[in-house]
Amino acid sequence: MIQLALEVGQTATPEAVMFWILGPLAVVAALGMLLVKKAVHSAILMAFVMIVLAVFYIAQDAAFLGVVQIVVYTGAVMMLFLFILMLVGVDASDSLTETIRGLRPIAITAAVGFGGLMVALLGRATLGRSSVGLNAANSEGNVQGIAQLLFSTYVWPFEVVSSLLITAALGAMVLAHHQTSAKPTQRQLSINRFRGKSLANAAGLPAPGVFARHNAVDVPALLPDGTPAAASVNVSLKARGDILDSNAFDLSKVSTQVEEEK
Amino acid sequence: MDAANYLYISALLFTIGAVGVVVRRNAIVVFMCIELMLNAANLSFVTFSRINGDLNGQVMAFFTMVVAACEVVVGLAIIVAIYRSRRSASVDDANLLKR
Repeated sequence: MIQLALEVGQTATPEAVMFWILGPLAVVAALGMLLVKKAVHSAILMAFVMIVLAVFYIAQDAAFLGVVQIVVYTGAVMMLFLFILMLVGVDASDSLTETIRGLRPIAITAAVGFGGLMVALLGRATLGRSSVGLNAANSEGNVQGIAQLLFSTYVWPFEVVSSLLITAALGAMVLAHHQTSAKPTQRQLSINRFRGKSLANAAGLPAPGVFARHNAVDVPALLPDGTPAAASVNVSLKARGDILDSNAFDLSKVSTQVEEEK
Repeated sequence: MDAANYLYISALLFTIGAVGVVVRRNAIVVFMCIELMLNAANLSFVTFSRINGDLNGQVMAFFTMVVAACEVVVGLAIIVAIYRSRRSASVDDANLLKR
């Protein structure tokens, strides 16, 4: 596949076909990243953009970078993103509602201005010569060429960057480390339950669906006086918006009149 | 095909990433948009490397990738730490200094 992509890069027309198919797809996927509601969908679209960029690299005689792009970004970074998404879970921040008034029009105006400026600049700018191509620079092979630069001219930045990587790994460990405080014992929990402000939860929280009109986990239990117990439904169901409106289950608002069958 | 077309794509992706950083509220999506901007810059590096027939640009893109990887690792660790204390991954909720 790499060989094929390299050949695509050598000749003009296949590269143009590849570019005009993959380029718009990448832009559409990037736009979709902004517009989809769920963060997981954003991550998938992002992975697609990264893969398209890897193909672009390989087509532009940067085989090493193309492979590194797939391994590092779609392999490691996107997996890390998905992992954190699973860890953090879904909450209200997934929604697309505007919190700062007027932010969206301003952002879009600024983006159109910036993008227009960049594109106009690129359209006006000229190098005064056609592109040289990497055939000469890659004559010994792309990896060999990069290695030669990396371990001669750029050996000091290379060392600095490696120390940065180690520091980042240490920093991540320090930041994500969780100091577990002493877990309360069963006796402590029991004392907390009975000597707390109220004895309402002394016997534990009510289970969902108890005495309710439906028997499901997203239906709040009904207290003896007929009011729904909001605490009986799992908080993560609430955060996901999967809970039904608890007021709809209030017995005082439901007609309990039994119609006689005839 | 003119290699400059890749530069247009790069500019568009960078702009889209910048809008995402401003508009989205989920810190993880904001982070992904920052990654998109870094990648767009990388595409420019690779394209200019090809235009100039010089591998220096590719080495720069390689360094950018390493720095981006560091940034992701530390940034996601910060998001996890904030989520642990505040139970939210929204960038709007982290406003303790404002209150």
